[in-house]
Amino acid sequence: MTAKILSLNVNGRDETILCDGLTTLQEVLRDQLGLLTSVKDGCTQGGCGSCSVLVDGELWLSCLAPVAALAGRAVMTLEGLKQSAGIAAIQQSFIDNSAAQCGFCTPGMILTVKALLDANPEPSHDEILEALSGNLCRCTGYLPIVEAVKDAAARLSGGADAARASEGREG
Amino acid sequence: MASEAPKAEALNVVGQPVKLRDLKKHVGGQTSYCDDLRFPRMLHLKMHRSVQPHAKLLAVDTAAAARSEGVVRVLTHADLPGGELWSGLATVGGAGDEPVLASDKVRWKGEAIAAVVARTPEQAEAAAAKVKVRYEPLPAVFDVEEALAAGAPNLIAHWPGNHYIFGDDHAAAQIRLGDVEKALAEADRVVENVYQTSPIEQAPLETIGCVAVPDGDGRYTVHTGSQSLSSTLKSVAAYLGLPANRLRFVSGSVGGGFGGKADLAVEVTATLAAIKTGRPVKYRYTREEEMFASSTRAAWRVYIKDGVMNDGRIVARKVTTYHDSGAYLRMSNYGAMKHSTHWPGPYTVANVWVDVYCVFTNRTPSGAMRGFGIMPASFAIEVQMDRVAKAIGMDPWRLRLLNAYRNGDMRGHHRAVKDAAMIETIQATAKLSEQNLTGDLQSLSSWRQKAG
Amino acid sequence: MAKLRGTGMAAVNYPTGMHLGGDPTMALVHATSSGSFVVTLSSVELGQGLKTVLAQIAAETLGVPLEAVVVDTGDTDTGPHCSGTGASRTTHRAGNAVIAAAKEARQEMLDVAAEMLEVSADDLVTDGKGNIHVKGVVEKSLPAAEVAAAGQFVYGKSISGRGIFLPPASKQDPETGESAPYSTQAHACTVVEVEVDTETGAVRVLSLKSVYEIGRQVNPELVKGQIVGGAWMGIGHALYETTAPYYPAIDHAPYDFLNYVIPGAAEMPEVQCEILEYPSETGPYGAKGVGEMVANAPIPAIVNAINNALDVCIGEIPVTPEVVLRALEEKARADGA
Ligand code: FES
Ligand code: FES
Repeated sequence: MTAKILSLNVNGRDETILCDGLTTLQEVLRDQLGLLTSVKDGCTQGGCGSCSVLVDGELWLSCLAPVAALAGRAVMTLEGLKQSAGIAAIQQSFIDNSAAQCGFCTPGMILTVKALLDANPEPSHDEILEALSGNLCRCTGYLPIVEAVKDAAARLSGGADAARASEGREG
Repeated sequence: MASEAPKAEALNVVGQPVKLRDLKKHVGGQTSYCDDLRFPRMLHLKMHRSVQPHAKLLAVDTAAAARSEGVVRVLTHADLPGGELWSGLATVGGAGDEPVLASDKVRWKGEAIAAVVARTPEQAEAAAAKVKVRYEPLPAVFDVEEALAAGAPNLIAHWPGNHYIFGDDHAAAQIRLGDVEKALAEADRVVENVYQTSPIEQAPLETIGCVAVPDGDGRYTVHTGSQSLSSTLKSVAAYLGLPANRLRFVSGSVGGGFGGKADLAVEVTATLAAIKTGRPVKYRYTREEEMFASSTRAAWRVYIKDGVMNDGRIVARKVTTYHDSGAYLRMSNYGAMKHSTHWPGPYTVANVWVDVYCVFTNRTPSGAMRGFGIMPASFAIEVQMDRVAKAIGMDPWRLRLLNAYRNGDMRGHHRAVKDAAMIETIQATAKLSEQNLTGDLQSLSSWRQKAG
Repeated sequence: MAKLRGTGMAAVNYPTGMHLGGDPTMALVHATSSGSFVVTLSSVELGQGLKTVLAQIAAETLGVPLEAVVVDTGDTDTGPHCSGTGASRTTHRAGNAVIAAAKEARQEMLDVAAEMLEVSADDLVTDGKGNIHVKGVVEKSLPAAEVAAAGQFVYGKSISGRGIFLPPASKQDPETGESAPYSTQAHACTVVEVEVDTETGAVRVLSLKSVYEIGRQVNPELVKGQIVGGAWMGIGHALYETTAPYYPAIDHAPYDFLNYVIPGAAEMPEVQCEILEYPSETGPYGAKGVGEMVANAPIPAIVNAINNALDVCIGEIPVTPEVVLRALEEKARADGA
């Protein structure tokens, strides 16, 4: 396997990374860039959503993404989104609704919710279920998570629209 | 025996809906789990596993694996000092029956044979695939009742009938209360059924894993997702012939357990590899291993024969349960005993007879899971209660309330029940689900023997 | 072919702990000079809220604010023995050990405060807000943190305590089964409503209502989390989950989340629950524990509801579409005969 060097924008910073054709974005984020605590590895099979990240604002499973195909694109993890108003509202909603127990699914869930609310600020109940369908949680039984999403949508639509629109790509 | 229900006095902090302490860290993506640990010079361990459910091991050739890129060490049964056999829960009389790495035989598809330690997980994985094993397949048995039948292939010489031995000479964990045969003979009706549960994976979102780190002073620190630090530490020490005080077990945040992390799984091999290489060694199950190689919730088969009177009284409950232990004992004897003492459930039955067998089959060994031993009993009892109700034409709420145990009643394990509140719980559920109970059922109480 | 509805109920009891070989858990409590009270033990936090619950119990016993309590757990070098996080034993066992340790530390703290205020320790009370004062005389008050510091720097006293909870070992008589295997019994009753598609065999749980009796609830928020999570797991067990789809055969074993089917958010019905509190004498502040029992009533309730909807006798889990269709075929055959 031939190694390649490519540049990737992660959380607003240009990073130079070493990869081969099989290296996944998950490996790069966890092992090369040390973003160990927000990008999880629940299956490495595309089946749990715990490794979710945003690539140019779109939700991706980093364990399935060959990083070689991502040259020049912008990747966001929960660490990079931390300062934005939208993410704070989602996080607070997760806390208020006790939407995490062991917490292993939580960063992936929060990014999924972020991608949902960016695309669809007022999702219906069914749209929320659809959006969460790729993220597994073995602890909570989902109800508190669904409540947290509704709560976050309500918080964000209360005048925070402008803030949300501008914050999508920031670092 | 108090004749009144106890009341909860007001307190300051206990009883308050306080948020989980780690919530902020969780939503910030800042919680670190075992899988997130990294140590300088850390190596990775991957396992070569049996592809046969039951076979003699004729030869294990690790030469190609050892030469594979990045490989630092290959471990087989020969590397284990003394070749100790794992004894599950020694405190409840478990006997050693399971090797850490297979020696002469494999007894389930997925059994660990050779461990490969390499610089990266990918290198370890690639090398593990290069281990060559020559098997002589043996007849396998998968069904619990077939395993107990005469002429079934024997899995473990230590368990000649393919079942665990309770006490010194009992094939089953027993409960004997009253005279069940007499009561069955005198009952108006006998209701007989069989219940079957399936093997289930605990599936915590974080898979089983640990990192064993040499401290440099002869001690080893094992960071683990185990649910049972002290007992796992002692088992590792026993296997490796180390004084227990040379080990330190540390757990940080764990990504769910549900019983799936109560067993010994990765710690012995990882610690052995750390000793042999002098470097930190990480051994973490892939999701695939978690699914097929980690202990599952056992499958249970439960035969119930109830003697019932036409007025709804259950006078006899005779139960035979087969617990599918899989290929080795692990904690099955514990689960079986727990199951046995749960009968006849939250009901008072004067004549109870229970036999619970731990049966060895050529399946993935089973272990603990949320409600170990109790879930299958509750499942069987409660589906059976509906069948009894149907058989005598009685409302299922009435049947349960009439038979529900009360404080002071004798249970199957020869002790009076304390802290009973089944009646009140059923009554409250009826209210919640808008189910009308007749006055006589509403006036029942766990703290009084008679209605009124 | 139709969509048929049915309801089912199930009532369960659940034992806390397992005494077969003795079942000890220990805890230590000490005050730091920075005003914290540290609870040290070696139990494991799995997301169930062990640290939260034990902090509440310690704060209650010490009489200090919850925020002043730090729980340091999960290290066999620093924490005293715990027999493992399982068998619904942690709140009960560790809770009792923490109470014992906190009581001893509290007495020590009150003794120091008594010297400082020149009163008898018996006349002192804590206000739960971080102060110790003379009963009925709120002005004669000292912050607990100050007392802890004075204990260390002036009075030479270690404000600390040790606790152990050891239910005696109880061997099961191999003949009769006689034993004292648990500490207390908790209870639950669940009613579910299902809809079964007789064409596809698919089952939907429409609603799930439960009442739990778990002694004292140490933390209603966490209890609710366990109950909802358990209801969901119960649906998984009752309808979908198996590692051996053709049990007892071992073929077609799943190796990923595509083949090992567990329910998603869309499969969750409305869940209602109510709690009854009958404190147990054996439990910390009367708590019985809840973590393990939460799938046990939903599973048979769902199966009973399916049997009720279809008028069949299914006695196995998971009740997959195949199981439903087989039961319907059998029934048709029996009805025809
Ligand atoms: S780790 Fe990527 S989906 Fe599970
Ligand atoms: S909180 Fe544990 S998996 Fe979701």
